Amino acid sequence: MNATHWATVDWSRAQFALTALYHWIFVPLTLGLSFILAIMETIYYKTGDEKWLRIEKFWMKLFGINFAIGVATGIILEFEFGTNWSNYSWFVGDIFGAPLAIEGIMAFFLESTFVAIMFFGWNKVSRKVHLWATWLTAIGTNLSALWILVANGWMQNPVGMHFNPDTMRNEMLSFANVLFNPVSVNKFVHTVFSAYTFSALFVVAVSAWYLLKKRHREQAKYSILVASAFGLLSIIGTIVTGDGSAKQVARYQPMKLAAMEGLQRGSRGAPLIAIGTPNVRKGGLLKSMADDLKGKDQLDVHIKGFEIPYGLSILAFNDPHAFVPGVKDLVYGNDKEGIPSYKERIRSGKIAINALAAYKKAKKAGNNDEAAKQLELFKAHFKDFGYGYFDENHPEALVPPVTISFFSFHTMVILGTWFLILFVWLYYALFKRKLETNKTLLRLAVISFPLGFIAQELGWVVAEAGRQPWVIQDLMPAQVAVSHIESSGVIITFFLFFVVFTALLIAEIKIMTGAIRKGFDH
Amino acid sequence: MLRKIWNFYYEGFRNLSADGRKLWFIILIKLFIMFAVLKVFFFPDILKEKFHSDRERIQYVEQNLLPGNQ
Repeated sequence: MNATHWATVDWSRAQFALTALYHWIFVPLTLGLSFILAIMETIYYKTGDEKWLRIEKFWMKLFGINFAIGVATGIILEFEFGTNWSNYSWFVGDIFGAPLAIEGIMAFFLESTFVAIMFFGWNKVSRKVHLWATWLTAIGTNLSALWILVANGWMQNPVGMHFNPDTMRNEMLSFANVLFNPVSVNKFVHTVFSAYTFSALFVVAVSAWYLLKKRHREQAKYSILVASAFGLLSIIGTIVTGDGSAKQVARYQPMKLAAMEGLQRGSRGAPLIAIGTPNVRKGGLLKSMADDLKGKDQLDVHIKGFEIPYGLSILAFNDPHAFVPGVKDLVYGNDKEGIPSYKERIRSGKIAINALAAYKKAKKAGNNDEAAKQLELFKAHFKDFGYGYFDENHPEALVPPVTISFFSFHTMVILGTWFLILFVWLYYALFKRKLETNKTLLRLAVISFPLGFIAQELGWVVAEAGRQPWVIQDLMPAQVAVSHIESSGVIITFFLFFVVFTALLIAEIKIMTGAIRKGFDH
Repeated sequence: MLRKIWNFYYEGFRNLSADGRKLWFIILIKLFIMFAVLKVFFFPDILKEKFHSDRERIQYVEQNLLPGNQ
């Protein structure tokens, strides 16, 4: 693989990361705020109290701004699949097609119908129908996320398919296995709970700002009442499903877990590093971080910090004495624990690639016996197919960026813990009727919104940077998935996206802050 | 029924607030940039545009996935 192709690979990765991270600015607020609106409208429907109608309409306006700016930004990712990732697009076959088609149809019909009733339907449909439309908008937007996360979960743990060597694509064997892939199920629940938490932080932050400014005090307090209850349940859900995610990662992507913890050598009763820092390697911190991005010297990254004994073994396997493999156990193998080395898996992958090529040649030549033999060999080694694209003398190329994975994971966990404390504190202050006088808490609530945004983005960094170099776990690395196109085109569109998305973000912030300044009565 | 639906959307858009109009303007500009500029000029579907049949597409992907083995 030449340097020109690597430039395309790196820029395609960067572009996908940029568009996915920008897209994820808008999505979580839509997912969570839609349910907060549904809850607020239900209270209005049940009580008939006009103050809830004013509260509902205000948050609905902010929901509408975010929805309008964010809508269709995810389609850009699909453009990229067709241009930058054509090998991957072909290889995944109909696995992606089905969930994304369902997503497209559901998003169009559910959202465009019920969102319209939500915004245009006041005084035109009955209160009951309007309430139904609000709930169905919430359910519809969340179901859209389900299909995308099913597709993403399949990339992290490909199941429910078989590879057809004649068409060079994967074909779905069981839609149920793809849909109920344990990684997808957990990923969906964890992602939406974290999105709900983020939305609750948004409502809490805006309301706390009003209380600090002594404006709309009643509406702000009632908004915090709903949002902090919703946020508290959501952050508990996020933590519980986060634990589930760690177990899935330990089982299906052990290298990602080793990178998240910066664990070089595994052990039984492995400790969990609660807070720690990596060693700064030769050349200083900046060079260390640059090397991390390039995937260089990842076997030299060591994390030191405060350790919780047995913590990692419990987190990964619910067993304090379980063995958790480290980066070096996976790269070099560990006979005692029955872990094959990457060198062995690379050899196995090369057998799969060669057998596939030999199968094709034999079939073309009409040699059916040889084709059948090669096909059997290919099937036996298919689980290591993607490893065959690596050099067995450099198995360290299969290690993801350790420092980035470690910091992203730990910062996300620390922030999640803070959000739990914040929602409990807010609820306690509301219950004791001391919320308005507690300026510290209100200021902390305001600054927690950007922290929530950081936690959201870091969640994706952990999930996606931690699984590098795989686009499809064990089957397809990024350098094979990327199209053979000029990197200059990808660089141009990278900056085009950067400009377009930044303009959208500025527009969102400007319109949103304008609407917040106008307040509830506007 | 269709007329009712039409009127529902028509009235809704006609009575948009100033912020609502601004948002729809942004949506339309965004969709124009995405579909009429980015998709058309910068994001061709390589497999669809370069090749005319699945057989050709399979060959192309084979060349990329099985380098040196063809």
